[in-house]
Amino acid sequence: MRIEKHPILDFDRGEKVTFTFNGQPVEGYTSETIAAALHAAGIRELGHSQQLHRPRGLFCAIGNCSSCFMTVDGEPNVRVCVTRVKDGMVVEEQEGKGVVHP
Amino acid sequence: MIRDVEVMVIGGGPAGLCAAQAAASAGTHVLLCERDYVPGGQLVKQTHKFFGSERQYAGDRGIFIGKKLVQEVMEDPNIEVLTEATVLGMYEDGIVTVLKDEKHLKFRPKKTIVATGAAEKFLTFPNNDLPGIYGAGAVQTLMNVAGVKPAERVVMVGAGNIGLIVSYQLLQAGVNVVSLVEAAPKIGGFLVHAAKLRRAGVPIRTGYTVKEAYGNGKLEGVVICQLDEKWQQIPGTEEDIPCDTLCLAVGLTPLSELCWQAGCHMEFIRELSGHVPITDENLMTSVDGLYAAGDVSGIEEASSAMVEGRLAGYAVAVSLGYDVEKSQAEADAARAELKELRSGPMGGKIRAGLEKVAQKRGDAV
Repeated sequence: MRIEKHPILDFDRGEKVTFTFNGQPVEGYTSETIAAALHAAGIRELGHSQQLHRPRGLFCAIGNCSSCFMTVDGEPNVRVCVTRVKDGMVVEEQEGKGVVHP
Repeated sequence: MIRDVEVMVIGGGPAGLCAAQAAASAGTHVLLCERDYVPGGQLVKQTHKFFGSERQYAGDRGIFIGKKLVQEVMEDPNIEVLTEATVLGMYEDGIVTVLKDEKHLKFRPKKTIVATGAAEKFLTFPNNDLPGIYGAGAVQTLMNVAGVKPAERVVMVGAGNIGLIVSYQLLQAGVNVVSLVEAAPKIGGFLVHAAKLRRAGVPIRTGYTVKEAYGNGKLEGVVICQLDEKWQQIPGTEEDIPCDTLCLAVGLTPLSELCWQAGCHMEFIRELSGHVPITDENLMTSVDGLYAAGDVSGIEEASSAMVEGRLAGYAVAVSLGYDVEKSQAEADAARAELKELRSGPMGGKIRAGLEKVAQKRGDAV
């Protein structure tokens, strides 16, 4: 859910665009990160760990911790907390290390 | 191709911005590298008002201080800002490599100021990896930068300034903060922040910790329990709190990897919250021409990070021979300001840490 009224802040989110998460369309804005757009849509499970396949979510939101790795437009290990949404982007949950397509 | 640069500043947070501004004001040419889309560092999410004195913008909200600094830096003809530019390596021959637009750029700076800031610490308990468990700063980024309501029911861990401030900001965003737990026997942050929470009806539980988290695929609740005077969990004191979000505000640790890589003399100093480069009175590390300013050399407030940046910037200007007399006076003034900022009772920890830095520096000579 997005905050519409805030006592201190106004949000300039940019243009509305659509991307897909595991094949399902999700709305986002061009100034938002993928992680923020997914959270606004109530999606918090971003991938699964390498060995125990435990669900992975966001932890630091500023590109430090690697918890939010997802596969974006076929590229694995994208830090979605610091990558902005683009129209038509294909975002997928990542299993473990992901797969690099040469 | 290797590009020569006079002064390179790594990181566009409060320390980096002030360092760039100071060095540029004396006449040096500065290249500032910022890995994010925009500079500003964590000031971009600080909606609370700062303390300190006028010179450190006290009374202004962090977010406005950040905007002002960024605008001044962007308009400064002596500063070139590279955004979406991640510094990857610092080599023995002085070459600094940067990833930008999928390209590996190489620079040879005469002087470098590392202002890479800090990362949030983690806490150990069963199921601490469930989605829904965040650093407090992450939740602050989601709500204050992205404008996304990050949660419905939050338990906050840590009653230092970050835990207190983020809890209050969660309330401002319409989120229910159901409990704030703090392992220490008393509140660590400013009581003015704690009082605001208390007035809003948020219970602050000191002497409590998280025993475990639970949930199926995502966080559904936490079990907290009381600690004895030896910080051991007291059986039978467990309480189950249903929540969808747990925020960890258990401190920050310096992001000092680049200093390690450059071969700086590093030491673990508890009071500075991790491994830090040992610096001198000009904030120069043991590597000639390499400076460290802000949280990377010890966790402190953003106000001191700004003054440290200014000190490093003017010190670099002096060492390069730019406007020496005035730059020296500015560096001295910054040192005096830092002393003032650290003089109160809240500065005890940082003073102890800096004493250790001075001692380690002496040992190494």
